[in-house]
Amino acid sequence: MNLTRYQKPDLAWTDFARLSSLRAELDRLFESPWTELARTSQLFSGWTPALDVHEDKDNFVVRAELPGMKREDIEVSLHDGALSISGERRTEEKYEEAEVYRTERFFGKFQRTVTLPAPVAADQVKAQYKDGILTVTLPKTEEAKPKQIDVNVN
Amino acid sequence: MAAERADHLEFVVPVVNIFETPDGYALEAEMPGVSKDGLEITLEGDEITIIGRRTASPVSGELLFRECPTADYRRVFELDPAIDTNKISAKMEQGMLTLNLPKPEQVKPRRITVSD
Repeated sequence: MNLTRYQKPDLAWTDFARLSSLRAELDRLFESPWTELARTSQLFSGWTPALDVHEDKDNFVVRAELPGMKREDIEVSLHDGALSISGERRTEEKYEEAEVYRTERFFGKFQRTVTLPAPVAADQVKAQYKDGILTVTLPKTEEAKPKQIDVNVN
Repeated sequence: MAAERADHLEFVVPVVNIFETPDGYALEAEMPGVSKDGLEITLEGDEITIIGRRTASPVSGELLFRECPTADYRRVFELDPAIDTNKISAKMEQGMLTLNLPKPEQVKPRRITVSD
């Protein structure tokens, strides 16, 4: 029989972050229920960045809130008509020794996938990261754009 | 009372991390959609108020799915009276505000050497 010495379980940063964010989640729930309700699920699944999807005549525009990231840590891909945004936010080493007062921010990996309602031109997709918001513009294919059809009268 | 509540709804509370180091405090607040120009940080006594106004232009077209709040950000913190308020500095990078709140020299931990 093997005897292993009892070791204190390692409590990861992220666990603390989740605990302290419970309060934040409840606060938000009461403050702005309609916009925040969808995000409460992140309590159980790690980081789920919020996103918006817009559609106009020519494009779909997907916007995701990814504050405080490095551009190279964000990955955007398109597969089978579904847009995936993924990446990882790392904890900053300079605060590792510091005493922690509050940790409400999420760290770690995330992934979000949006199934687009119409085909898009994969080679013309553009992504921009500014002020902590990722904006992906996906032009519709010619077939997917609305067309006016003239009715001929004989 | 009702007016107060309605007022409150105009803002979302940004999530923050706060650390203390021997030199001072660091506060990180997430405010995606806010650039340097949209920031308004005011100090009143021991209270610091952070307001972030969204500067990102809205997307045109029909909204299919919404999760991102559109309201501006606001949060108030009470500061440790020991903080040297004249030396507070702020940095805004990709929607994340970092506030540096240094402690004055006299409250920093010091090593005292023992003489023979």
